[in-house]
Amino acid sequence: MAQFNLRINGKQHQVDVDPSTPLLWVLRDHLKMKGTKYGCGVAQCGSCTIHLDGQAVRSCITFVDSVGDKEITTIEGLSENGDHPVQQAWLEHDVAQCGYCQPGQIMQAAALLKENPHPSDEEIEEAMSGNICRCGTYTRIKQAIKTASNS
Amino acid sequence: MTTAKIQFGRRSFIKSTVLAGGGLMLGFNLLASCKPGSANELEIPDEWFEINAYLKIGENGVVSIMSKNPEFGQGVMTSMPMVIAEELDVDWKNVMVEQAPFDAARFERQFTGGSQALRSSWQMLRTTGAAARQMLREAAAKAWDVPVAEITTAAGMLQHTGSGKKAGYGEFASAAAQIPVPTEVELKEPKDFTIVGKSKKNVNGKDIVTGKPLFGLDVEKEGMLIATVAIPPAFGMKLKSFDATEAKTMPGIKDIFSFKSYNDDYEQNMFDTNAFTELVAIVGNSTWEVMNAKLMLNVEWEPFSDYQYTAGGFRGSQEVTVPAGLESTADHMVKMKEAAAKPGNIVRKDGNPDEAFKNAAKVIESTYTAPFLGHFMMEPINFYADVTEDMVTVIGPSQAPEFVEGTISARLGIPREKIDVQITRMGGGFGRRAYNHYATEAAVISQQVKAPVKLVYSREDTTRFGVFRPAYYVTFRAGLDANNNMIAFHVKAGGVPESPLHANRFPAGAVDNYLAEAWTVDSNITIGAFRAPGSNFIGPAEQLFLDEVAEAAGKDPIQFRLDLFKKAQENPVGERNDYDAARYAGVLELVREKSGWGQNDSGRKRGVAAYFCHNSYAAHVVDVVMENGKPRVENVVSAMDCGIVVNPDAAVNMVEGAVVDGIGCAMYGEITFTDGAPDMDNFDSYRMIRYNEAPKKIDVHFVQNEIAPTGLGEPPFPPIFAALGNALYKLTGDRYYHQPFNKEDS
Ligand code: FES
Ligand code: FES
Repeated sequence: MAQFNLRINGKQHQVDVDPSTPLLWVLRDHLKMKGTKYGCGVAQCGSCTIHLDGQAVRSCITFVDSVGDKEITTIEGLSENGDHPVQQAWLEHDVAQCGYCQPGQIMQAAALLKENPHPSDEEIEEAMSGNICRCGTYTRIKQAIKTASNS
Repeated sequence: MTTAKIQFGRRSFIKSTVLAGGGLMLGFNLLASCKPGSANELEIPDEWFEINAYLKIGENGVVSIMSKNPEFGQGVMTSMPMVIAEELDVDWKNVMVEQAPFDAARFERQFTGGSQALRSSWQMLRTTGAAARQMLREAAAKAWDVPVAEITTAAGMLQHTGSGKKAGYGEFASAAAQIPVPTEVELKEPKDFTIVGKSKKNVNGKDIVTGKPLFGLDVEKEGMLIATVAIPPAFGMKLKSFDATEAKTMPGIKDIFSFKSYNDDYEQNMFDTNAFTELVAIVGNSTWEVMNAKLMLNVEWEPFSDYQYTAGGFRGSQEVTVPAGLESTADHMVKMKEAAAKPGNIVRKDGNPDEAFKNAAKVIESTYTAPFLGHFMMEPINFYADVTEDMVTVIGPSQAPEFVEGTISARLGIPREKIDVQITRMGGGFGRRAYNHYATEAAVISQQVKAPVKLVYSREDTTRFGVFRPAYYVTFRAGLDANNNMIAFHVKAGGVPESPLHANRFPAGAVDNYLAEAWTVDSNITIGAFRAPGSNFIGPAEQLFLDEVAEAAGKDPIQFRLDLFKKAQENPVGERNDYDAARYAGVLELVREKSGWGQNDSGRKRGVAAYFCHNSYAAHVVDVVMENGKPRVENVVSAMDCGIVVNPDAAVNMVEGAVVDGIGCAMYGEITFTDGAPDMDNFDSYRMIRYNEAPKKIDVHFVQNEIAPTGLGEPPFPPIFAALGNALYKLTGDRYYHQPFNKEDS
């Protein structure tokens, strides 16, 4: 066990956990922030995507002791009122079916658009192919990203 | 208006006891409710008046509608309340939706599966809304002293034109709650619908995109412990012994023990699973800690011997023998070939197939196979349980809460009335979450550790404790006469351990000489419902085969099918044909028109297929191209006939999802077994379709009619496999007989 000071969504949090604990479980179990989802645990599905200093990373393989003072953003902190352009585009296109993968999809898309506000189809493919949607909402994800990139 | 008898016995009008005096406020969980109009905040009323089990109206006119069915992405939480709101004649903007708990006394058929939700509840939902509207009108008529018949409604307002009186529903909610339930109500004509048939956004949309804790895995309760289980590494094995000495010393671990999922004399129901009934529970403070401790656990497993048990089923219970052994895919293939070579069990025979095949000018024969598939619902298996001396509370993702209650009641010896089953939104189901062994496991663990427990399976164990789609095998034969008319058809279908045969489906009824045979191969691998059970294999196989037959007959594949439907319509063979040939032809004609079939193929190669299952009709045209030496799906055009489309945009989303899922399963889906263990257990080994492999465009069209709505989650799934295979054939010149198709390419 060790103490870690984490900066998450603009707030300081302290946790006392094993240093090898993935950030995913620190968020979900210790800090009770359930928006970041567990899908595979091995960086293959993207459900657990968060931002570390603005970059999309898989929290299931990001160990808590590797975070340091990097700024963590989760789906809960992407916007104050759920009005980030990506979230709005997701609602406009009514993307979700079961919805389980969508926080991860949204975090992935938001990181892409931050770095590249007008991505080409190929660039979107490249960025989004690590995020699985078992319900098959890929065509809507694409439309929503296009809408968000134009807003 | 049409008049309808109230369609819900008494049960949905049983009110919360406290309400008898009228005008009492209900306990209402605002966090669990959601507002359809996400932009405009609804004002929560000071008082709720319960009109019936599904409906509460606030003094300010806000309406709360219960969604009775479990939601796993099929959109029932939006579409079913829409139907009630329609007949209630309320403004959708003033509606909030709540997920109903499991309560057999108040709600009917709280089950999600078989694409049945809307079909089975359509009339009941309509009369529920209409009855409430009627009660409001009667209340207003009394107060205004005018005849009920003169009171009209619109968008949540009551109006009497003669006197110029007008009031919102909220004003009469209290009085309406006192009005006796009418025995007959007026229903709207479909042409007058203002909510049904107009796209409404997912009522959970905002909560989903902001990461609210909607799912079972998100459940969090005071004092809750986390548990996981060690399950046998392979089918055919059971627990021998375990040593937890080391694992118990791991940080955060509270207890480790073995337990049985059923009592010895228990008779299983159709959703109980017979594999892996003795497990080791690891209980601790957090998910990561219990998963790590599991790695340190020393468990010995041993092969079991053949055993018999009484299995529940849709057609009553039966004695089943479960064979011992550690099965492998290679053995399954050998056994299926052997079984297919022997005479099968004749399920249907029309005319004289033997004779017809002898006389045929041409006989076409092909065999199709498909492997086991895993459900891979995105949210891994989990359930919360809190078992105390006199009460059981379980919360989690379940397609079949009624069975959760029954199995737990039998296992713990606690009566059903003391078991509270609450349903969460599900991160996918696809059939898997009808089998809720994990709810019982969670309850047993909670009882043992005397604390609330959330049971969490790893992704790997979620797969390994599979209730798989069976492996299937079918041989078709078709006989053509000298004029290329199909005069004989033979289907012989089997699988491990179940046959996918649907003997009364097309082309039965369209061929004079028809023979359908079934066979099975025993297995100890657990199988169960998977999106469009049975149909998800036999449908595509039949449609791939008909493409071959059409080609051999020198006919256009759509015209070839339409000719057969014409025959089935005008001169059907046999009486038990379970499809409507005109509606079947209808979706093919619609997809032909919308895809511009035969006109603009410009470099793309196209395939078509149609299928009927779960009461709806679906047809797809798929366009494929070669991209960097690999086939890629460009475009899909779909046509559906599922009767009235309640929520069109959500319906389109469902069809798009089925198309993507079907393409993924057809191209990549495969679970193989080695010595009883699945060779794939996570997304690194199981190929799930990804963003870059989905079609670039999917166009969905619906046949417009006023038939009561039927299922949508399953029907578009089977035919997409075949439309894809038929398109690939045009692209590569190879027929695709064995799934997954990408293996055939390599
Ligand atoms: S849970 Fe992290 S990528 Fe799947
Ligand atoms: S919406 Fe269900 S997994 Fe993506």
